Amino acid sequence: MSATLAVTDPTLLAFAEEVGETDAVAIEGGRTRWDLGGIPDGEPRLIRAPEGIVEYRPEEMTVQVRAGTSVGELHATLAAKGQRTALPERGGTVGGALAVGENDFRALGRGRTRESLLQVRYVSAEGKVVSSGGPTVKNVSGFDLPRLMVGSLGTLGCLAEVILRTNPIPAESRWLHAEGVDAQVVFDALLNPSAVLTNGTEVWVELEGHGPDVEQQTKVLASLGSFSDAEAPELPAHRWSMKPSDAATFTPVDGERFIATIGLGLIFTDSPQPRSELDPAVVVISERLKANFDPTGRLNPGRMPGRN
Amino acid sequence: MAGSKLSNLTKRRQRAESSGEPFVDALRAALSHNRVKWDGASRSLHSHDASVFDGGNSGPVVYPETTAEVQAVVRLANQHGRNVVPRGAGTGLAGGAIPLGVPVVVAVTKMNAILEVDEVNRVAWVEPGVINLDLTKQLKPLGYHFAPDPSSQQVCTIGGNVANNSGGPHCLAYGVTNAHVVAMEVVLPSGDTAMLGGLEAEPQGFDLRGAFVGSEGTLGIVTKVAVRLTKNRPAVRTLLMAFDDVRDAANTVSDVIAAGIVPAAMEVMDKQITAAVENYVGAGYPVDAAAVLLAEVDGLDSGVDIDADRIAKIGRSNKATDVRLAESEAQRQLLWKGRKTAFGAVAQIAPDYYLHDTVVPRSALADVLEQIYEIADRYDLLIMNVFHAGDGNLHPLIVFDGRQEGVLERVHAAGGEIITASLDAGGVLSGEHGIGVEKQKFMSRMFTNDDLDHQNRLRQAFDPHCRTNPGKVIPSGHSCADIQSLRSVPNTVWG
Ligand SMILES: Cc1cc2nc3c(=O)[nH]c(=O)nc-3n(C[C@H](O)[C@H](O)[C@H](O)COP(=O)(O)OP(=O)(O)OC[C@H]3O[C@@H](n4cnc5c(N)ncnc54)[C@H](O)[C@@H]3O)c2cc1C
Repeated sequence: MSATLAVTDPTLLAFAEEVGETDAVAIEGGRTRWDLGGIPDGEPRLIRAPEGIVEYRPEEMTVQVRAGTSVGELHATLAAKGQRTALPERGGTVGGALAVGENDFRALGRGRTRESLLQVRYVSAEGKVVSSGGPTVKNVSGFDLPRLMVGSLGTLGCLAEVILRTNPIPAESRWLHAEGVDAQVVFDALLNPSAVLTNGTEVWVELEGHGPDVEQQTKVLASLGSFSDAEAPELPAHRWSMKPSDAATFTPVDGERFIATIGLGLIFTDSPQPRSELDPAVVVISERLKANFDPTGRLNPGRMPGRN
Repeated sequence: MAGSKLSNLTKRRQRAESSGEPFVDALRAALSHNRVKWDGASRSLHSHDASVFDGGNSGPVVYPETTAEVQAVVRLANQHGRNVVPRGAGTGLAGGAIPLGVPVVVAVTKMNAILEVDEVNRVAWVEPGVINLDLTKQLKPLGYHFAPDPSSQQVCTIGGNVANNSGGPHCLAYGVTNAHVVAMEVVLPSGDTAMLGGLEAEPQGFDLRGAFVGSEGTLGIVTKVAVRLTKNRPAVRTLLMAFDDVRDAANTVSDVIAAGIVPAAMEVMDKQITAAVENYVGAGYPVDAAAVLLAEVDGLDSGVDIDADRIAKIGRSNKATDVRLAESEAQRQLLWKGRKTAFGAVAQIAPDYYLHDTVVPRSALADVLEQIYEIADRYDLLIMNVFHAGDGNLHPLIVFDGRQEGVLERVHAAGGEIITASLDAGGVLSGEHGIGVEKQKFMSRMFTNDDLDHQNRLRQAFDPHCRTNPGKVIPSGHSCADIQSLRSVPNTVWG
């Protein structure tokens, strides 16, 4: 993996050319979150990021991958070497997953999406390839644009290629299920469960790790209720984000079905979350960011992270 | 205030104590007389940090106690056209807290309360002046700790950790500071406050929290932080392995990672530093070895045994001459004591040192170390290595006597070559100390002009007038880097 300076990869340069520097563009991934942060205004030219895994270094736990690659394809390649990333798999692309920034519902075990991005290369509103971050797992060289790009909905630059942190897939993983136990009590009793889910009456737990560790934690569960092996529950389509303490006591309107993630704060339910207002001081900075990175507003026009 | 009598009295006293500097008087009126220092000694003290770089030039030094006071200081600075530099304990090694352009230095050390420990949300709300280790000590009875553990943790502040995105030995498995900052209140360069991030699973909007962490005090002043609580692990195994060749230690590190094991920590010390440490604290390190590797795994009992076993095997297959497992908590503490006092030990044997900080891919560790020894020979310098090997974070420590004629030139030239060797191996400029003033001129070796221009766009979204900690991070030639009356980057070495 080369140092960051002067991008010469013809694929990225061609993508920069395609993004150009004048007309409005919107970047398409798998369209799994097309309406988030507002539907694109007008009729922007639709473009797609380049695809392909550039370099996978399992021994460094890093992978350099183009943004148009599907997360599924990436994870299949990594799994062959016993690794994975924090990105959620929903049929979308790597660039899409990062631009949206949502976490896997098992983020406690897999890590958060925003922490998985080590280096980013994007095409700026001026049609130039910009790099930030670096190829190593630890790095504080300059301002942290990779963090800013995660969840930016492609409004600051068109993601072209990234280096992601990979993680080993634990030796064993097991889903268990029980009824009539307190999900928060379960969460507190375990050391680092990958997921603790509840619908108010039932609890699902994912344990991962060395076989004997999973065994030990299963015993802890047995002391709390009658847990048995199960599949992960199906998740309703809409996700709500809240404090873990609120998720633990969540009661849905009109008795809608829901699944709450304990310790993480995501709720999956049938209706969309009512959005709350952003801090006005945050809005001022966000608008300045947008103006500084995309002065003519040509990147994903109409969208803004956090907007209803 | 009870009537005009008191306020007249106050006014008279203030007049009597006027500093002759309207800005200083305004700050004193907003805070209090004794929390605004304007004497030569205070200003001189706050003109330095722990780096090797010459001090800057501090204006008044203020000690706010509340967010509102920080806001008042920033607003007054704006009114008087003065710059602002946030400061914690001043242990930074890249010159981040060195005041350039005679700014007001905002020392947050009096804002040091742990405000709330919220176990359900697994966060603690703390003020920025809380000392890193104090927080972990406070959390211990509850079964948690704050994971980032810089070697300076007995003195450095959480605010400084946030500003520098600090790391430490145990950040290998747990991640550096960014992964442990959930939300924070900041006073922006405008004087307004903003809440960045949030306790929610996925806070809305741009990740301004993420952009702020590691911004080295250039985007505003942190006044309150929600840090993540990490559960203490019931089981820990600490291994010490000795090698006849530092290359074997480095290869062990990359083989462990390649085997899919992410230990809590993996630290390497070379022969020179091992001898210095052993002499200093008697940690029981083998002094005849070329390198010592400390590896620690934590978790549940059975799992840590499996991992410790595998690591020991990997060490032996890389010709480890000695493999020891700490038998007790006391033994473990002793092994770590050696590592944690390494810098103190060095201070005993040489008057001056310059601690470098670069990162390379783990598989390049052995090659780059070899180059570092070669550079040391060529410049006739003593370079010791004690570093966070698990994530490829090198810390070459150049030890010298500044009184020697011409030694500084050699120290800087050797440092430059170490940076070049690291970048050429696919590495980066800094793993945890940051850019500050130290590595500004190297930024263009890692980034193009367009890359740097975009970093500056982020900076100016927070600070359009470049008032907060100007002259840092971004190199000369970009706005916010060159400000009138900033002194040039200092070159002499701390002694
Ligand atoms: C012996 C020694 C060992 C060290 N070991 C490590 C290590 O293992 N890992 C590591 O990462 N670092 C290490 N360091 C470096 C240093 O301790 C860290 O960078 C630390 O986080 C700095 O904290 P501080 O409170 O001293 O900050 P300062 O030095 O006071 O400030 C550092 C930067 O943070 C900014 N800042 C401070 N407070 C605030 C605030 N409230 N809001 C906004 N900006 C702020 C300052 O402007 C400055 O740019 C070491 C230093 C020494 C001397």
